[in-house]
Amino acid sequence: MIPGAFAYHRPKTVKDAVAMLSELGPDARPLAGGHSLIPMMKLRLSSPAHLVDLRAIGELKGIRAEGAEVVIGAMTTQHDVIADSMLAARLPILRETALVIADPQVRYVGTIGGNVANGDPGNDMPAVMLCLGAVYQVAGRKGERRIAARKFYEGAYMTALEPGEMVTAIRIPVPPSGHGAAYEKLKRKVGDYATAAAAVVLTMSGGRAATCSIGLTNLAETPLWAEEAAKAVVGTTIDAAAVKKAAAAAEAIASPASDNRGPAEYRKKMAGVMVARALARAKTRAG
Amino acid sequence: MAKVQVTMKVNGAPAEGLVEPRTLLIHFLREQLNLTGAHVGCDTSHCGACTVDLDGRSVKSCTMFAVQADGADILTVEGLAAPGGTLHALQEGFREMHGLQCGFCTPGMLTRGYRLLEENPRPSEDEIRAGIAGNLCRCTGYQNIVKAIQYAAARLAGAPVKEAAE
Ligand SMILES: Cc1cc2nc3c(=O)[nH]c(=O)nc-3n(C[C@H](O)[C@H](O)[C@H](O)COP(=O)(O)OP(=O)(O)OC[C@H]3O[C@@H](n4cnc5c(N)ncnc54)[C@H](O)[C@@H]3O)c2cc1C
Ligand code: FES
Ligand code: FES
Repeated sequence: MIPGAFAYHRPKTVKDAVAMLSELGPDARPLAGGHSLIPMMKLRLSSPAHLVDLRAIGELKGIRAEGAEVVIGAMTTQHDVIADSMLAARLPILRETALVIADPQVRYVGTIGGNVANGDPGNDMPAVMLCLGAVYQVAGRKGERRIAARKFYEGAYMTALEPGEMVTAIRIPVPPSGHGAAYEKLKRKVGDYATAAAAVVLTMSGGRAATCSIGLTNLAETPLWAEEAAKAVVGTTIDAAAVKKAAAAAEAIASPASDNRGPAEYRKKMAGVMVARALARAKTRAG
Repeated sequence: MAKVQVTMKVNGAPAEGLVEPRTLLIHFLREQLNLTGAHVGCDTSHCGACTVDLDGRSVKSCTMFAVQADGADILTVEGLAAPGGTLHALQEGFREMHGLQCGFCTPGMLTRGYRLLEENPRPSEDEIRAGIAGNLCRCTGYQNIVKAIQYAAARLAGAPVKEAAE
């Protein structure tokens, strides 16, 4: 399969990339790892006239702590996320999630910026970002702005990015030490997108959940932030009754399509099962 | 679309060519450099038969444009054996342990196995299986591929190698 013809650009700075993207217009697309975009182009589901390759832009790479936040450059690969010891200690859910994305080859190349900016409801990082309350740093012709992950996703492949804008970094408030987190993903095989998946981050105090946040993957046109499900466990010991309530609340907001991964009813049910499993695992990790 | 010049190092030697931006790396390697070791298995980024080593990473060359590899240092299966033709420990392992049947997946398994052992010289069986999760084999059932990589790990570490598979 051969993609349609395009012109290739390789800017060295964000400023140049943004200038190119706005000058070239809607037919231009950023190229990060290419592991969502190139398969789409080979299928001719996408035929951009210009690709602006971000790989030579040094300022888009790297992971660093900034006060109470961790800042991850958009061009940081999933492989880099897995290998980073600071992330493993402070935000272990990112490593856990990256490890269930695709396979080693894809993770060497696929970037966290591409994963969150793509807008495919099957991508795993967006629900984790909703769960964590992450903020995307965005550059455009008019300068920089920040968009909360919880406000970023508008529909399948539709995001709050304006034409000519790109994500430069992801800023994540680090949950308190002693938090428990888990990403539970049901998939048919390695490299598969989720049938249903849930991200949980919680803190415990005196045996009860003090805070809880839940995100859901591939259960609607956008990733979902399951506020009601999280509320159902706050203040409880995360006992069976609370877990059941949380699972039901997650199922209530899920509206998956029927596809090869199963009928919609099944996938909805699995939303609840993933939430229950993630809650249980996050709880054992908190302390 | 105007062609662009790409220059890279392939199996230790300089390589260059004119490509359309849309030319995939696998096609550049196979059709312009005549390195037909890497295979097109699925063409949909799933099977790993097209895997090559690029700047210290295993990549699916069907999912990368040749222009993205401009300036890169690439190792394909053709570059694994020593210049005199002495097999790499992985190639020897695949032969000794019957790590292949039809052989279609083998170039990808070898290049992936190469990077896996560079990063983790003594992997456990689970680590090998996770490490080759992006490489599909329709023939072997993977048992002997795992054994072949274990064989190579032992050989490279100077440890005694297990006996050949029955
Ligand atoms: C076999 C296979 C299995 C996979 N399985 C999974 C999986 O289980 N879970 C999962 O989450 N993903 C999966 N993926 C997708 C993979 O993780 C992609 O790498 C990821 O979705 C996109 O990252 P990328 O860097 O490759 O982006 P690209 O493909 O380069 O870009 C994706 C889109 O985002 C845009 N974009 C990229 N970077 C930016 C930026 N900084 N700012 C604005 N827009 C940008 C591009 O223009 C494009 O529209 C799989 C891919 C393959 C090939
Ligand atoms: S041909 Fe590249 S992954 Fe199958
Ligand atoms: S030996 Fe035939 S596909 Fe692996």
